[in-house]
Amino acid sequence: MSKKYLPLVATIAVFLALFLVGGSMYRNFLSTLVLGNILADNAFIIIAAIGATFVILSGGIDLSIGSMIGFVGVCMAVLDRMGWHPLATAAVMICFGILYGALQGFIIDYCDIQPFIVTLAGLFLLRGLCFMVTLDSVPIRHDFVDLYASAKIPLPGRGVLRSSAIVMLAALALAIFIAHFTRFGNNVYAIGGDKESARLMGVNVRRTTIGIYAIGGFYSALAGVVYALYTSSGYPLAGSTLELSAIAAVVLGGTLLTGGVGMVAGTLFGGMILGLISTLIIFHGSLNSAWIMISSGVLLFAFIVLHRFLVSSFDLRGTS
Amino acid sequence: MNATAIDKPRVEMRSIGKSFPGVRALSNVDFTLYPGEVHALLGENGAGKSTLIKILTGALNRDAGEIRLDGKAVNFNSTGEAQAHGISTVYQEVNLIPAMSVTKNLTLGPSRDALGVISWGKARKRAREKLSRLKLNIDTEQPVGSFSVAVQQLVAIAHALDDDTSVLVLDEPTASLDAQETATLFAIIRDLKARGMAIVFITHFLDQVYEISDRISVLRNGNLVGTHMASEISRQDLISEMIGRELGEVEATLAHKAESGPGKQKLVARDLGRKRTLKPFDLTLHAGEVVGLAGLLGSGRTEMTKLVFGAIRSDSGELHVDGQDMSGATPRRSLASGIAFCPEDRKAEGLVGDLSIRENIMLSMQAKRGWLRQLPRREQEKIAGEMIRALGIATPDAEKPVRQLSGGNQQKVVLARALASNPGILLLDEPTRGIDVGAHAEIITLIRKLCNEGMALLVASSELDEIVAASDRVAVLRDREKVGEIDGADINRDNIIRMIAGDDSGQH
Repeated sequence: MSKKYLPLVATIAVFLALFLVGGSMYRNFLSTLVLGNILADNAFIIIAAIGATFVILSGGIDLSIGSMIGFVGVCMAVLDRMGWHPLATAAVMICFGILYGALQGFIIDYCDIQPFIVTLAGLFLLRGLCFMVTLDSVPIRHDFVDLYASAKIPLPGRGVLRSSAIVMLAALALAIFIAHFTRFGNNVYAIGGDKESARLMGVNVRRTTIGIYAIGGFYSALAGVVYALYTSSGYPLAGSTLELSAIAAVVLGGTLLTGGVGMVAGTLFGGMILGLISTLIIFHGSLNSAWIMISSGVLLFAFIVLHRFLVSSFDLRGTS
Repeated sequence: MNATAIDKPRVEMRSIGKSFPGVRALSNVDFTLYPGEVHALLGENGAGKSTLIKILTGALNRDAGEIRLDGKAVNFNSTGEAQAHGISTVYQEVNLIPAMSVTKNLTLGPSRDALGVISWGKARKRAREKLSRLKLNIDTEQPVGSFSVAVQQLVAIAHALDDDTSVLVLDEPTASLDAQETATLFAIIRDLKARGMAIVFITHFLDQVYEISDRISVLRNGNLVGTHMASEISRQDLISEMIGRELGEVEATLAHKAESGPGKQKLVARDLGRKRTLKPFDLTLHAGEVVGLAGLLGSGRTEMTKLVFGAIRSDSGELHVDGQDMSGATPRRSLASGIAFCPEDRKAEGLVGDLSIRENIMLSMQAKRGWLRQLPRREQEKIAGEMIRALGIATPDAEKPVRQLSGGNQQKVVLARALASNPGILLLDEPTRGIDVGAHAEIITLIRKLCNEGMALLVASSELDEIVAASDRVAVLRDREKVGEIDGADINRDNIIRMIAGDDSGQH
């Protein structure tokens, strides 16, 4: 088996191990019901993390994800109050997300500024806009929300695939196609591997960078739509620090923070591992939510160490 | 080669000129390239090879002259445009993405449809085709970084070669290859040549130049010295064209060479060397003596000075300074025992541009005293003032940042810093690199003066006339090996060139 699948295999192994641990501790844990719920409850994080995967694969970072989710949410809610159909708002907000991301990408490449600082500015700007739109939690009352909440595909066993999970899986399929089967995707890996070499090999770095952050914006806006429909409300503080969970999901999924190495499919399992940890702790009942973060932190740390090990063994082969 | 005389040239560069702020990189250079020829481009560092190539490949814009491709005038504003016209380059450092597979690397490139769907089956087949043209049979699904540098070099060439590539520029392609790998590369070059490709080959290995090229162009200081058929120019004439320079002022100092015999031994190196850097060599420096280091670019001049100073750690032999064992000494210990070193690249290794002249001069003295015992400010000013006067550094005062000085004056500050610690032995690597002729002569006169005061000097230089003018003894290097010494009256250009070329090839 090719070495590049090792991180992905490790991620899936950790996911399965955690799932089995849960099964050994609690009756009814090993079921499609739990699996379906994890998929639906974490769909918005995984969607945002899919977008972040492109950004991180290119060696960049996008901190504006959480604010984008919050902003999309409040706009959905306020426009709902004004009588817009949620799908129309969603379309507008996704276009906004793409343009906002593209602009960030353009500034990063044209001005040659670190993505960290550009998207940090993007984070503040969008969060500020949330408070401009509304200071309160606004419910979304359109009938479509009920339809969205009730639509489901039955899974074998007692579980169901809810709308959020369906949207997430479709988004994942699209991302896998873009990352692994298009020239654009190939260019993303090249820029993350070595930007200067990529330039000399004829890759259009500016166009690709703009595209990468546009994809990031698309996925965070989509995550915002899913989150708003899932909670059927908009709240200006929604999604705070969610960008960090998304980055954690990407790293747990086997993508290197330095860029150039990783797979989009890994992000699905990275996000599911985060969801699994919180489910396990909620099942336990006596433990408080602090343990969710503590165990996520420990796992993240262990993963980074594992990667370091895998990558250095790879580098050694390269110099021989 | 008879064919090229009939063929029309593929590339004609005429009267090319290029200036950078303060430097004239190229003036009035003509360069012609025929289909089916390998054209070697030779010259020392800074001769203008890479500038000329960058103008050809669109990475730089020219100031003057014209480029014709198949008879039509062309203007390239980017490497992409040049590539679209069939001019491809393989750069010295292999430019590939190490973590990506060979197939994926070969699929990268300028394309009209960035969102185009890739069929990996087809891409793999196409990659294998490209590699098979170079007779390379490897697993294209492995990451590029897992292959040897030689294979990576071939993959880079495969990437550069498109269906419509007609001009291939290879910049030092053999620098990191061993003999076997070089032979493989040359077989490929011959094959490409037979298919009508025009190839520019930049290297500093003369053997390889004669082995593979049809014609040779030599650049020196931004001028074209000459273009020759490889079969018609001897190795000696070629070296002479590469490193010769007439320097009237310098010749005059010849007369001032020390008449008194050499003093006592200051430094003795026995079998000093390091694997893959420099073969073990013997070297002795006497008080009041200048020893020149001559050799071509890459022959090991710089490495020898660094080995003696301890900036490169030796892995064999021993070094004695004033009778003390200094084998394996660190630069810090070398400084403490009275060895001073002026490196070749004064910006990167020698001077701190934002510090003042005084502070730069104090750096090595302070190292000798230890960081806790700072020299009193008044003393510092006195020493700096003396040095500025003694070396004739053109500056209003000692507090001017070194960055603002001219190249010649910067070099004098490097010297001043070395001298301030009052060394017994001074190692100079390219002391006159990048400075004008006037300052050049001053520095050589200064070297002689220091020597007459009893200092021992080791001077590495690519300028043969400088070596001839300044040295009492010349050590000659070839291909990372010291090949001999020339003494006293025998020191002249012809003798040195003959030794650099190697006796066996004198008839070439």
